Amino acid sequence: MKEILNHKDLQIQIASLANALLKKHPQLDDVVFVGIQQGGVVLADDIVAAIQLLQPDKKVQYGQLDITFYRDDIRKEILAPDTMHLPFSIENKNVVLIDDVLFTGRTIKAALDVLLDYGRPAKVELCVLVDRKEHRQFPIQADFSAIEMATDKSDKVKLIKDSDNNKHVVLMPKG
Amino acid sequence: MQLSTKHLLGIKDITTADISLILSTAQQFKEVLQRPVKKVPSLREVTIVNLFYENSTRTRMSFELAEKRLSADTINFTASASSVKKGETLLDTVNNILSMKVDMVVMRHSASGAPHFLAKHIPAAIINAGDGINEHPTQALLDAFSIKEKLQTLEGKKILLVGDIMHSRVALSNIYLLKKMGAELMVAGPPTLIPKYIAEALQVKVEYNLKKALEWCDVANVLRIQLERQNQVLFSSLREYNLAYGVTKKLLDGLKKEILIMHPGPINRGVEIDSDVADGHQSIILQQVENGVAVRMAVLYLLSGSKNS
Repeated sequence: MKEILNHKDLQIQIASLANALLKKHPQLDDVVFVGIQQGGVVLADDIVAAIQLLQPDKKVQYGQLDITFYRDDIRKEILAPDTMHLPFSIENKNVVLIDDVLFTGRTIKAALDVLLDYGRPAKVELCVLVDRKEHRQFPIQADFSAIEMATDKSDKVKLIKDSDNNKHVVLMPKG
Repeated sequence: MQLSTKHLLGIKDITTADISLILSTAQQFKEVLQRPVKKVPSLREVTIVNLFYENSTRTRMSFELAEKRLSADTINFTASASSVKKGETLLDTVNNILSMKVDMVVMRHSASGAPHFLAKHIPAAIINAGDGINEHPTQALLDAFSIKEKLQTLEGKKILLVGDIMHSRVALSNIYLLKKMGAELMVAGPPTLIPKYIAEALQVKVEYNLKKALEWCDVANVLRIQLERQNQVLFSSLREYNLAYGVTKKLLDGLKKEILIMHPGPINRGVEIDSDVADGHQSIILQQVENGVAVRMAVLYLLSGSKNS
């Protein structure tokens, strides 16, 4: 297991993503942030907290989305679902989807399917921490990304929380 | 997390981990049912047959709706309108249906053990929707889900089953499930409708006085008198049954605490339960029906993986 970002470096990247999002949406009026379970939610918790700190007078709208029931490989392995919590309407809103790693694009495709069952957003943007660009299987790209990484297809890249609640991004090679 | 079983034949054979997984998955499906689009694509390539050898309103519609909400293809079979009348056996009927590429079977049958028999002989996943006087696992799961929703936990809660315990598959599945999840159980009813050795066999309390039983419990699950399964006289009249064992508003008002009232349906108003109790604010009978769809979605979803294995 190789560490890509330690806790401190991760906080710097999160702050820069929060800044980039605020620069694009300074008013935050019609914007909702949606973290994708599970890694995306770990990241989104911090991004949303950082935005809230920078804009203390605004109410940042934040929800969590679970794609379990929409996976295109659902029959391979039946997984228990995570919590889905969108406590607001996404109708005509600007939705910012947040995930830890953008890899094949299949998770994002499923997340878009989930979103459309909740309403018709005006626009959907994608914010990720790590972009593994060369492995994309769908025409999906990130609007905001912190780092781009060249990886082997069999590698696993994950945002994890350790027992001290410190977060790290790690790369696990196959085997 | 996976279920430890390929079929859901009864609560008796599943683990507490299975029960917890089904209940927590049902929680997520309940959220799905509140969305503008109350449907997920999870079972898009799965075909399910609803095989009903016995009458049903709620369970059948609930399963059918759960299947549709999961995007499964469904076919319905009613024994009274089928070749069963021409003498076809259960196994032949099912094998013929399966040759049309059906992946899962939801079955209700008046013979106890019919789904267990099928599970031994056919490759599809089988869900028991009630077999004779044996079990009705999805009813017990939705009852547990509904109690948990109101009381947060099942652990240590005092649950009373009132009425025709002898002929009730709902009672048996409820006892298995609630005991596994750490609840305390009591059954109440006339001695003729309570199996003689139930206290020893299933470790439940037995009480023949309804008022005392209601004073003890946090939740009372009122069961129907199953006249269709009684081939001898077990109590003198429905009116007398109502006088001794009917749950009335007066009885509830006389208790020190407010208890939850449940009923698996169909209700015989004025027999085991009075209308003002069934429709009163302590009743969660209609929530049970609503939760039934989410719980059945969870069961179908979690068992759908076994179709290729």
